[in-house]
Amino acid sequence: MDAEIKREILLENSQNPFHKEEINDAKYIKVNSNNPNCIDNIDLNILIEDGKIKDIKFIGEACAISTASTSIMIKNLIGKTIAEAKTYINNFSNMCNEEAYTEDNLNEALAFQDIYKQNNRKNCALLPYKGIIKALEEYEK
Amino acid sequence: MHREDFPMLKSDIIYLDNGATSLKPQCVIAKQVDYYENYSANAHRGDYDISYKVDLEYENVRDLVKEFIGAKRKEEIVFTSGTTDSLNLIVNGFFSNLLEAGDEILITKTEHASNVMPWFRIAGETGAVIKYIPLDDNYFVTMENVKKAITPKTKVISLAEITNVIGDIRPIKEITTYAHERDIFVVVDGAQSIPHLKTNVSDTDIDFLAFSAHKMLGPTGVGVLYAKYELMQNIEPVNLGGGMNESFDSPDKMVLKEIPARLEAGTPNIAGVIGLGEAIRYINKIGMDEISKYEKNLRSYLIEKLVKIPHIDILNLEADSGIVAFNVDGIFSEDVAYYLNKYGICVRAGNHCAKLTKDVVGVTNSVRVSLYFYNTETEIDNLVELLKDKDKILKEMF
Repeated sequence: MDAEIKREILLENSQNPFHKEEINDAKYIKVNSNNPNCIDNIDLNILIEDGKIKDIKFIGEACAISTASTSIMIKNLIGKTIAEAKTYINNFSNMCNEEAYTEDNLNEALAFQDIYKQNNRKNCALLPYKGIIKALEEYEK
Repeated sequence: MHREDFPMLKSDIIYLDNGATSLKPQCVIAKQVDYYENYSANAHRGDYDISYKVDLEYENVRDLVKEFIGAKRKEEIVFTSGTTDSLNLIVNGFFSNLLEAGDEILITKTEHASNVMPWFRIAGETGAVIKYIPLDDNYFVTMENVKKAITPKTKVISLAEITNVIGDIRPIKEITTYAHERDIFVVVDGAQSIPHLKTNVSDTDIDFLAFSAHKMLGPTGVGVLYAKYELMQNIEPVNLGGGMNESFDSPDKMVLKEIPARLEAGTPNIAGVIGLGEAIRYINKIGMDEISKYEKNLRSYLIEKLVKIPHIDILNLEADSGIVAFNVDGIFSEDVAYYLNKYGICVRAGNHCAKLTKDVVGVTNSVRVSLYFYNTETEIDNLVELLKDKDKILKEMF
């Protein structure tokens, strides 16, 4: 992916993040995700029905990388089954950690292709994923 | 000024995070290396020459600190690991025995975590109550508001002389005079003030003072607790062990040393303390008034330029220390810091350990520039140039 396109994706998703809105609905699983070394702090609300992710919303404060990553993650995960979601999460984590991954289904998340080069920003990109993993564990309990 | 004394300034970085820690001049580094290379023995065990030299050097720093802050006796100076350690010792070693249910502890919402959390815990343990001095429109402490906040139950006022985000200089002497007329103790967190302002505890008459070496050109891991002689005698040691006892035979037969040794259990940070001494000598040589004056001018220079940038919102426009906190409209503070870092500029972003500040300021985080005397107008020009162009920040913040 071209560097300029990547930058535009990140900028768009950080300035106008997808589903950044409050929701108070008991049907949603609520999890917090924060980075101990910075002030990134987000709350994710996830609705899972019939083994499928129906909706995700988030609120909180985070840097542009974290915010863009959350926005893109939400776009990519809605509609996926739990199994599909796990595959996607693993694949994204692998990309960030410089391990083998496939470009399939990553869509805009490919903007983070080079994030492994910035060790201090990698955790920003992975922040929402830490949260979603917690939520899936909670769902499966 | 004096940039040539600082090895770190030989690199290309622009260091504007002095509120977090300061850079170290060569003489401070060399003084510690000298200890490790030439007389690396323990203190208070003067059985041989180099150990005796350690004692001399170490105790000499106590005198230097005493003079530096205008204390009356060297027993009023105890070495700790830093401001946090000092404040915890004041709270847990002194106020834990004094506070009773219903007593009031007066702080502000712009204090650093280290001047909040120890009080929170002791309040929980004793039933004492935390009260906050209201802040004015600039988030400053005014004498009028201090008077309003004091009640017959107030036992202690604990304040930073300069806060680490707002950077306001508090009227400590006036507060202390008023407090003492009502038998209220005054604790001062000097972490941000000691490196930048002349301090005289005999003049302000404060009861306790805490500060760190590393923010005043000294090494990390060393700090000072000052307490008035009669109060220092009543601080219970939190740590027991080597170097602070006369004898111990059974649980009911422990004889402790006099202050200050009683409060310095274990092998102290000898190299650190000796380094602190050198930092004080170095600062004395330049002159604290000179430092304050230079920083004041530099701050004005920075503010003058920042106010002209429409997308910059300064949180503490009216403050008079070298701390300037601001935000770039619509851009998260950490992203601004990441962007500046690409150009070798070191600034702090976040809540700066002052997490109650958001309650009064209404802003959860900010970019903080904190100056010292080795910063220059050219450095500020570079910073301002990079902040002027918002599109450039948006383009390069990833």
